[in-house]
Amino acid sequence: MAKITLSDLKHSYYDTPKGPDDYALKEIDLEWSDGGAYALLGPSGCGKSTLLNIISGLLTPSNGKILFDDKDVTHLPPNQRNIAQVFQFPVIYDTMTLFDNLAFPLRNRGVDETTVNTRVMAIAEMLEVTDMMGKKAAGLSPDNKQKISMGRGLVRDDVNVVMFDEPLTVIDPHLKWKLRSKLKELHQKVRATMIYVTHDQTEALTFADQVVVMQEGEVVQIGTPVELFERPAHTFVGHFIGSPGMNVLPCEVRDGGAFFENTLITLEGEIEQGTGTPQIGVRPEFVTLGDHGLPAVVHKVSDVGRHAVVEAKVGHETVKAIIEGEAPLQGAATHLSFDPNKTRLYRDGWIATRASQ
Amino acid sequence: MKTQNQKAWFFVLPVLLLVAFNALIPMMTVVNYSVQETFGNNVFFWHGLGWFEDLLNSERFHAALGRQILFTTIILLIEIPLGIIIALSMPRQGFWVPVCLVLMALPMLIPWNVVGAMWNIFALPDIGLLGYLMNTTLGVDYDMTQDPFAAWATIITMDVWHWTSLVVLLSYAGLVSIPDAYYQAAKIDGASSWSVFRYIQLPKMKQVLTIAILLRFMDSFNIYTEVFVMTGGGPGNSTTFLSIDLVKIALGQFDLGPAAAMSLIYFAITLLVSWLFYTLMTKDEGK
Repeated sequence: MAKITLSDLKHSYYDTPKGPDDYALKEIDLEWSDGGAYALLGPSGCGKSTLLNIISGLLTPSNGKILFDDKDVTHLPPNQRNIAQVFQFPVIYDTMTLFDNLAFPLRNRGVDETTVNTRVMAIAEMLEVTDMMGKKAAGLSPDNKQKISMGRGLVRDDVNVVMFDEPLTVIDPHLKWKLRSKLKELHQKVRATMIYVTHDQTEALTFADQVVVMQEGEVVQIGTPVELFERPAHTFVGHFIGSPGMNVLPCEVRDGGAFFENTLITLEGEIEQGTGTPQIGVRPEFVTLGDHGLPAVVHKVSDVGRHAVVEAKVGHETVKAIIEGEAPLQGAATHLSFDPNKTRLYRDGWIATRASQ
Repeated sequence: MKTQNQKAWFFVLPVLLLVAFNALIPMMTVVNYSVQETFGNNVFFWHGLGWFEDLLNSERFHAALGRQILFTTIILLIEIPLGIIIALSMPRQGFWVPVCLVLMALPMLIPWNVVGAMWNIFALPDIGLLGYLMNTTLGVDYDMTQDPFAAWATIITMDVWHWTSLVVLLSYAGLVSIPDAYYQAAKIDGASSWSVFRYIQLPKMKQVLTIAILLRFMDSFNIYTEVFVMTGGGPGNSTTFLSIDLVKIALGQFDLGPAAAMSLIYFAITLLVSWLFYTLMTKDEGK
């Protein structure tokens, strides 16, 4: 178990990167404390797998350092870093029994058979696969295969960090939540530092204590699931997390206020000085329909069961709102109001209002 | 409701005809010859299983079968491990991949009688590059036409040169289909390169290797052209393998009955071994 520090990390797949666009990772400074559950969240191609491979040692970064506790491991190969990784597609040694699969990382390190036996059986019990231990791994179902690959990561008690690279991609939806909660449970039991890479917000938010949101090789926000939801630091986070994502509306800033469709919008706090394209961000959860506010026309209503998502047109702009209870009819005229505490101004994507507290 | 449609038979008919004309009818002709005796003029007499009994008790057949088994065993023992080793050391990506693949495929593209002729000339002691170098520069007494050991060595080398590529290409296909994650996981699990081979590469190559061994067994067990061109079965009878002996009996001595009996036994052995091997290798799949 260890604290992980990434300092000034950059990586390019080109030998001689010319500009910032040639970098898959643009400058990452992070610190992850021992025993935490972290998620790296971002769309495909945002650099999260690159970052993971750098931490595991499968890739050497072009620039910067990785420290486990205070030891520099930047140039150490994976087998000397004491890490474990679970891959997107379950990696199973087909010709071995499940027991031998789980014992493999221990035996390779010369652990004595009695210890191997106790460790393997303990992990098998946690994963609830004890009754299958004598079976050949070849015929397993995908979810059991993935359980075993997780088990191989957890079986060693000397691991600094266990990493998961989109481990639930090939699992059937109805088994996903089962494995997800199993994983959360395992984290509580073994208390290893865990990093979970995914593009699925539900997986990230349910697994992690802290989520690192990445976009185009950059970290855009680090925070607890609640923080990411309540106060996105970047329009990308607002848009990427939440269903539907945050409304991002063009606006004008004048006289210290923000105007959307020529109406002054009350924000959470003072606007910070700066330049860049201003936009207003407000989540659909904090938009209400009523008798006063911005005049709008209901354009589309989608009932998703628990609530309805209403798309309303204000001028040419579409604003989404989540409505509990009865939804208005399509084409009806209405008025929108934004919860001032949850409405913010963004400049070039980054938050530009002071927090209300 | 179940509907019966007999039209489907018409779609099978062409294949049935094709198989009948190129396999079943010729095969039945052979069966026909194998149980009869003829003194020419298209007059045949019933001979029962006489030819089969004679053949199974004939020392000549035992000797040819023995040579055949020895030859096939040797080339399998060389070509399979060698093919795997070459496939493992070939690059998996980059500029050299197509170069290696083409170089590997070249020997297989050469017609078999040309391969035989090439190696024949190559090995001649007075003018062949190999034969001349061996005798003059290296001072080894090497003459394929006189010395059975030299003849065997040359034929085996020729076969290895000609056919190891097949094993290489099949193994390579098996190797490149292994996802990178397997190697990464093995690295993280601290596996040695032997473990990687034993638990990842070999199991993933099992199916293609089964095919490779099967093909190499059938081809080498039926080898004819190259040996016929190179040594004609000599010196003496030392390289007279089953197919060469068969042709000698059938076309040299024109003993149709014994030749037909031998063909059927030959065919039965090849079929039996292939079937046994394939069944054993694939028996735990699907479990």
